[in-house]
Amino acid sequence: MDLLQTLKIALRALRTNKMRSFLTMLGIIIGIAAVIAMMAVGAGARHVIAQQIASIGSNIILVIPGSTTSGGIRIGTGASQTLTSDDVKAIMAECPSVETAAPTVRSTAQVVFGNMNWSTIIMGSTPEMFDIREWPTISGRGFTRQDVDGAAKVCLLGQTVAENLFGAADPVGKVVRIKKVPFTVVGLLERKGQSPQGTDQDDVIFVPLTAAQRKLVGSQFPNTVGAVLVKAKGEELLDKAESEVQSLLDQRHRITGAKEPDYSTRNLSEILAVAEQSSRAMSLLLGAVASISLVVGGIGIMNIMLVSVTERTREIGIRMAIGARKGDILLQFMTEAVLLTMIGGLIGICIGAAGATVVSGILSWPTLISIESVAIAFFFSGAVGIFFGFYPARKAAGLNPIDALRYE
Amino acid sequence: MGEVISLNDIHRAFIMGGQRFEALKGVSFRVAEGEFVAIMGASGSGKSTCMNILGCLDHPTSGDYLLDGLDVGRIAPDQLAAIRNRKLGFVFQGFNLLARTPAVENVELPLVYAGIPARERRRRALAALEQVSLAGKENNHSSQLSGGQQQRVAIARALVNEPAVILADEPTGNLDSATSEEIMALFTDLNRSGITIIMVTHEADVAACAGRRITFRDGLIIGDSQTSQTD
Repeated sequence: MDLLQTLKIALRALRTNKMRSFLTMLGIIIGIAAVIAMMAVGAGARHVIAQQIASIGSNIILVIPGSTTSGGIRIGTGASQTLTSDDVKAIMAECPSVETAAPTVRSTAQVVFGNMNWSTIIMGSTPEMFDIREWPTISGRGFTRQDVDGAAKVCLLGQTVAENLFGAADPVGKVVRIKKVPFTVVGLLERKGQSPQGTDQDDVIFVPLTAAQRKLVGSQFPNTVGAVLVKAKGEELLDKAESEVQSLLDQRHRITGAKEPDYSTRNLSEILAVAEQSSRAMSLLLGAVASISLVVGGIGIMNIMLVSVTERTREIGIRMAIGARKGDILLQFMTEAVLLTMIGGLIGICIGAAGATVVSGILSWPTLISIESVAIAFFFSGAVGIFFGFYPARKAAGLNPIDALRYE
Repeated sequence: MGEVISLNDIHRAFIMGGQRFEALKGVSFRVAEGEFVAIMGASGSGKSTCMNILGCLDHPTSGDYLLDGLDVGRIAPDQLAAIRNRKLGFVFQGFNLLARTPAVENVELPLVYAGIPARERRRRALAALEQVSLAGKENNHSSQLSGGQQQRVAIARALVNEPAVILADEPTGNLDSATSEEIMALFTDLNRSGITIIMVTHEADVAACAGRRITFRDGLIIGDSQTSQTD
């Protein structure tokens, strides 16, 4: 008996009881839709996290000035300025697992070009910054050592700033005023997008560290820096680099025993690991819901197939009398069950995909429907049909033709 | 003419409620090619059990059954299915057509299980429908056909595989007398064209169409006689 004919018979049987077939499929439809939605949401979240990891730059340790206690008053983390340019130089020179490091000083200021103005973040840093963050310029040039050494009044614009001050025009070569000090724009940075915290990373102007320290940030200690970005030589050296930096700074800042360090380090990949973990937990939860629904749907299919076998006992008897082998009957009922689950699966895939698209539209939660997830869902729906269709089909195939023919 | 069926000392016993019950107690007969045999007997006489064995739906407890030269007494179920498919055609009292299925597909069914390609199936099914004077009704479902027409479809289905024997189990039992006569005329015609027919019946006038009458009682054959052919 050929497969085409088997399919035709199975389709006819399903058409005979349209409503029943649809209700039977419903469990599978819900289960598969949940699987597709789950995978789309999970994949979307992972995709965003991967993008964010790439936008920060890889293998980065953040060193930020810690709390200090002066006269019994504790000042919050990052508010004081306990790190210096010399600390950064020492980290670069003495920590073997560190590839490079870049200090930053940070301020907010109004930037003016012509009759346009824009309030943004002014970031003083060194050329190493752009290696660490893997952040190239798309026009003009980056910072040079001379810019930093000579406290040159040059700056690099982030995309957001450039758009707000210059529109579509090329800002390179133009002069902007930051806190009334004129700076020449030498380069335009590539678009970075959102940070993991949701801030716009492109809303920034970079100036040489020294220029920022002397001209823009009104610090009482001229040589201090804010956060320091440290890049490890490799992912496996991240933890080692972190401890090297810690012991070096402990030594330089004379921190021994119980004394609390006046800085803290943060490994950026840890933050992202947490984000990834929560997206995985969500996937797992939806997966559990989906598999329960698939099992329940499968039991429904088994139930209906058993009813169908009983209803069609006489038909089975006729087929057997006419020459159907046990295998033919088994195949016929299996085909029916698998067809039921696969059609359910296809509908579920459509609903799941539509649902994921709607969710990503409404909640602006990114979703990604991959070919693999569709293939897995389709394969799974077929597997449910095979698993739960086997028992009823075997029952049909095991009927005695004489009894089946006589069945009323 | 050759022998199509040879039953030799067939016994069939059932165990019911712990008790052994012998439905057939040693039945032997032969049917030659082209014969038209009517099997008669009261219910419980063993004729249905005998038909089941003839139809390869049941095994004899003991005894030999040769169908078209093949010893089919003790072979495996799947091979029996193949023999039913190729050597036998069944006609039932209740027609037993598949519901919601066009006539032509009902007739094709044995060819489907024989693995005949679709085009060839359709051609042979249409030819068989024409043989039972149902040309033009091939797309009607059984609910759109009269009882007599349904039985004709069933006969076409029995014919389509060119079986060695057609087994008919009270084929006129559900039909009115006029239609019965038509169906019997069809059987007589088919027999004249050389097809071997074995038919179970209660009715004497139906049995009268057959050339030979075998009568069962209590699991034994009590009569086996040639009847004069009545036209």
